[in-house]
Amino acid sequence: MDLRMNYEDILSKRIQTVRPSGIRKFFDLLEEMKDAISLGVGEPDFVTPWHIRDAGIYSLEKGFTHYTANAGMSDLRKEVSAYMNRRFDLQYPYSSQVLITVGGSEAIDAAFRVLVDPGDEVIIPVPSFVCYGPLVSMCSGVPVFLELKAEDEFRLTPEKLRSAITPKTKALVLPFPCNPTGGIMGREDLQAIAELLRGTDIMVVSDEIYAELTYGQHHVSMANIPDMYDRTVVIGGFSKSHAMTGWRMGYACAPAPIIQQMTKMHQFSIMCSPTTSQYAAIEAMKNGDRDVEHMRDEYDGRRRYLLEGLRRIGLPCFEPKGAFYMFPDIRGTGLTSDEFCERFLVEEHVAVISGSAFGPGGEGFVRCCYATSMKDLAEAMTRMERFLKNLKK
Amino acid sequence: MDTKLLSLLEEDCTLTHAQLAAMAGMTKEEVAAAIKKWEDDKVILGYKAIVDWDRTHREAVTALIEVNVTPQRGEGFDRVAERIYQYEEVESVYLMSGSFDLTVIISGRTLKEVAQFVGERLAPLDDVTGTATHFILKKYKEKHLIFEPQEKQEREWIFV
Repeated sequence: MDLRMNYEDILSKRIQTVRPSGIRKFFDLLEEMKDAISLGVGEPDFVTPWHIRDAGIYSLEKGFTHYTANAGMSDLRKEVSAYMNRRFDLQYPYSSQVLITVGGSEAIDAAFRVLVDPGDEVIIPVPSFVCYGPLVSMCSGVPVFLELKAEDEFRLTPEKLRSAITPKTKALVLPFPCNPTGGIMGREDLQAIAELLRGTDIMVVSDEIYAELTYGQHHVSMANIPDMYDRTVVIGGFSKSHAMTGWRMGYACAPAPIIQQMTKMHQFSIMCSPTTSQYAAIEAMKNGDRDVEHMRDEYDGRRRYLLEGLRRIGLPCFEPKGAFYMFPDIRGTGLTSDEFCERFLVEEHVAVISGSAFGPGGEGFVRCCYATSMKDLAEAMTRMERFLKNLKK
Repeated sequence: MDTKLLSLLEEDCTLTHAQLAAMAGMTKEEVAAAIKKWEDDKVILGYKAIVDWDRTHREAVTALIEVNVTPQRGEGFDRVAERIYQYEEVESVYLMSGSFDLTVIISGRTLKEVAQFVGERLAPLDDVTGTATHFILKKYKEKHLIFEPQEKQEREWIFV
């Protein structure tokens, strides 16, 4: 390496101001423990259903290994369009309003890139998934974090939102059902938000990657609310609903002028989403509804079990109605979230994620992912109970 | 009664009543009562482990036997099926549609033991008109469980 090179001067200031996620060291520790249980990674423990894997394999056998259309295969876009209609009562013509992306993440990135100019503010409710802030910053936009509260069941309230809106507000992120809190927004919650947005130019980036994983009530999209369709970019994907994380398959549905620009972005940075994954995704859309239902039922059982367990051992926890996370309140232990996670991992070999990793408002909470086997959940609860008892000594 | 609890049990009968109650959204007492009733009504026949004997030192041979029988007046196939399933060695008996009447699955310690059972017990039965024995060479999957350990993907812990 040429030591005369000063990379700090060379690398863009923008990327250097983005902080990396601080979770790495936990996972390194975890790797070394033989009996470790991880409630850390937010990923289904199910393997992709076989018929979906088989469709991917079959496409390879047939030699379908070429590029597809930039926006994604028309058959897949048609399926996504039909799915959005069937499941969420939303109409998106496949030819102009659907873009197939590399996971939901790429769709989020592309949405910000086509909406945000330097100095534009993007309101991000937190605690929420970690990508929104950095991606907005990379567009030279200004992330405006809005802290959600456990007493509001981690929903976004109109009072909160009103306080954050300025003339520079370009977009609002709606990360519901929410990672890490499990909070959801019902129709009335969304209507109250819509009331504030009507008559403004504020766009909504609605990250609905967990839309299939709601318990007790059906997911409602912001695009379902009157007048909101034209200002909403709906982000979806196959990772959480169909246990397809490694396939990297997502999509965006939005008004045509937005999809047109996002497709341009996608065309230059990605070309097209992986062809094998697209074939698998077609099968998932066509014949995967029962898999989704089965997995949702499974998660629901584990959700009830973990909630009951956490409350029984004395950790207050609001009932999450979506995604596959519990977000218990650990303030009563006297530890910070980081301390709690580190000690729980070192002393009991169980990994959970510090709430503070998910932005302001997450301090005092930890995220436990229950997309893991009942056996592991039961063992994790036993260890958690012991851990809390030892803390009190 | 709700079949949710029954499905949970079918999948894993080692779950405790407390776990089942939490998962099914019932009380422990309700779970206990439901299970008791199902056991009494023979909806739940029993609880068993699924064992891969090939991983132990014990030899085990399983055979699937197609059996043709003469049904009996008034009792159809039931009487002869009963005469077959009473044998300790017989694991399962099913009445079939198609080219034979009963599927009999039997397990023994050795090939000879199984052959002996077919030759000396099963085939000589009055109502049995023919048998075809198929030895099972390898078990891949039983009751949704896969025998061969699955390779695990090398995983990077990423933050999502």
